Amino acid sequence: MDFNFTDEQQQFRDALRRYLDNEYAFDARQKIVASKEGVDAKHWAAFAELGLTALPAPEAQGGFDGGPVDMLVVMQELGRALVVEPYWATAVGIEALRLAGDEKNNGLLERAASGEITLAVAFHEPRARYDLFMVETTAQQQGAGFTLSGTKSLVQHGAQADYWIVPARLDGEIALFVVAREAANANVTEYRTIDGQRAATLVFNATPAVRLGGTNTGAATLERIADYATFLLCAEAVGALDALNHATVEYTKERKQFGTPIARFQALQHRMVEMLIHAEQARSITYLAAAGLASDDADARRRAVSAAKVRVGQAARFVGQQAIQLHGGMGVTNEVAAAHWFKRLSIIETTLGDVDHHLARFASLPGFADTDA
Amino acid sequence: MDLNYSPADSAFRADIRAWLDANLPHALRAKVLDHKRLNRDDYASWHKLLGTRGWSVIAWPKEFGGPGWNATQRHIWDEECARIGAPGVLPFGVSMVAPVIMKYGSDAQKAHYLPRILDGTDWWCQGYSEPGSGSDLASLRTRAERQGDHYIVNGQKTWTTLGQHADMMFCLVRTDSGAKKQEGISFLLIDMKTPGVTVRPIITLDEDHEVNEVFLEDVKVPVQNLVGEENRGWTYAKYLLGHERTGIARVGQSKRELVFLKRLATDQQKNGRPLIQDPLFAAKIAALEIEMMALEVTVQRVVASEGDGRGPGPEASMLKIKGTEVQQGLTELMVEAIGPQAAAFDPAYLEGEREHSLAGNDDAAPLAAYYFNFRKTSIYGGSNEIQKNIIAQMILGL
Repeated sequence: MDFNFTDEQQQFRDALRRYLDNEYAFDARQKIVASKEGVDAKHWAAFAELGLTALPAPEAQGGFDGGPVDMLVVMQELGRALVVEPYWATAVGIEALRLAGDEKNNGLLERAASGEITLAVAFHEPRARYDLFMVETTAQQQGAGFTLSGTKSLVQHGAQADYWIVPARLDGEIALFVVAREAANANVTEYRTIDGQRAATLVFNATPAVRLGGTNTGAATLERIADYATFLLCAEAVGALDALNHATVEYTKERKQFGTPIARFQALQHRMVEMLIHAEQARSITYLAAAGLASDDADARRRAVSAAKVRVGQAARFVGQQAIQLHGGMGVTNEVAAAHWFKRLSIIETTLGDVDHHLARFASLPGFADTDA
Repeated sequence: MDLNYSPADSAFRADIRAWLDANLPHALRAKVLDHKRLNRDDYASWHKLLGTRGWSVIAWPKEFGGPGWNATQRHIWDEECARIGAPGVLPFGVSMVAPVIMKYGSDAQKAHYLPRILDGTDWWCQGYSEPGSGSDLASLRTRAERQGDHYIVNGQKTWTTLGQHADMMFCLVRTDSGAKKQEGISFLLIDMKTPGVTVRPIITLDEDHEVNEVFLEDVKVPVQNLVGEENRGWTYAKYLLGHERTGIARVGQSKRELVFLKRLATDQQKNGRPLIQDPLFAAKIAALEIEMMALEVTVQRVVASEGDGRGPGPEASMLKIKGTEVQQGLTELMVEAIGPQAAAFDPAYLEGEREHSLAGNDDAAPLAAYYFNFRKTSIYGGSNEIQKNIIAQMILGL
């Protein structure tokens, strides 16, 4: 067993952290959030320069072939800094293209790895709640290509993506399609999300689409992509939990009441210890999810990812709420970073399955009721 | 990062597992797995058998007879013992007083006591807590006065676990009542057969006799039974308490109990189907299992950092808190699982005097008592609140 990051991973982390500390301080981040675009092309270019977009892509397409642990390192840093650029959406799109495993997609993979284009996977439909397989969007063959009709909602960074990867029903079965943002008959409604990010509703009406190349393009692959996306969110949350705990401890050391820093009060100390333990348990289970994602056993992967989303979700809620409580009145203002970590953590909690959803998934897996040691 | 054990560690695990399979007596194993009460001989015979290989003292240095295992190997040993259902090795001699004797004891003390701890000749108990001194240990009042070659000890100790079987007690006593409370304490080794030592049982809420009061009336203790220097006992006491091991989380035991809980929930019916298929109850089990999965990795992280040459440090406090929460959570769900059967109580069955419980369900019979018993875990060994104080101070810097 070894819980150390490699030298390469540490260098990657340090370079990214240095950049974010210098260029992506909280005030700078808030300006991006308030801007019309909601993202900053300058930072996106810098991320590509640092190798973030290449990291998850295969070497043959100009990538670094980064695995789950490499991505964990990156996502933690993005969570610490509350980054709002469409990295998660693009990385998940790259994973979809990679899993599909067909050279037809290589052009897109190369362009995504270089940072030239951004991607988004449209996981969600309006009535689906957390059911990935509740797909009502339909695909029809039109000559050599296809058209899609239906609505995808809550597509993270949908309006910032150059290409969407869209699950749709083809002859009743789930299949994955690629749609260019510029395609005809695609209606995009963009809006802000409460955690400072952007999302969009995509309405397709006989919108031209290309079938994702490869054999791994059905429901099982969609689930695998979603598990990868869920894991990345957990890693982002771990970074946010660390940062929020740190900010809270520092705040209580400075804030004085009754002539003493409030950090001296045992009730508050014990609360912060509980917050720390939540963060450490969240980190541990996210490590386990990284190992689970690398497994060929689909149930082992499902088990580890759902466990992580449950435990991270619990930590997100406890740490988030208590951090606000310990920041007192300041905590409920939009001025303090703590409020924004809380908002991001809360939305991570409700993205791609909440605690109840993943508890039920965990308990429904084969082996849950096994009674052999 | 690699969460897998090395091939060498896996081979070590296989060896340990095979040895335990071959050597743990079946009847003893059954007692542990069935949540029955263990007697003196159960602990002593197992300790003696382990002692023949130096496995009663797995954390000891080789020079004193330990096997020289690293932190990962010790962790694997703990896991395998828990998995199969071996009784625990009691900590009072092996991992409490022995490290103090090794570090601060005289050569004569080392030569006399350590081999007897290893092979189980002496059963040790702990003389720390007093009626007025729980978490605030340094306020202890038992006093020892030097008279010639002896100390005369007067006072009272309490919560003395399994002291009814003990041959020896390590004891904190006040030797200078004028000094600040931490500075007048000494560390004495007391023979329990000395006149003036009286052990009285404390019956716990599960009607078990596990802990005791120990009264000390004009007990004559030879000065050669003083460990280290007079009035330096607090340093040794802290060293002892700081000698916690990562095994404190008891994940191996919790893993075994989780399987047991699932078996209970499979056997019990609710609305005409196994309880484990009830979504509400399944979610409770799942949440606890996930907490345990995370804890196992947290323990492994701490073990790995020990392997890098650092001790477990204040992280051990985190393992104690979370480990006891998981243990208690499991006993809670066991009681929930058996529902109304929790009420039946049959001590004779728990003591092994009757083969089957009067109420008819042998699996269920011990569980309410087990649940009540396990409330101790968040209180003993430094209450979980004390552990939080330690983390607040040592990790958060508050």
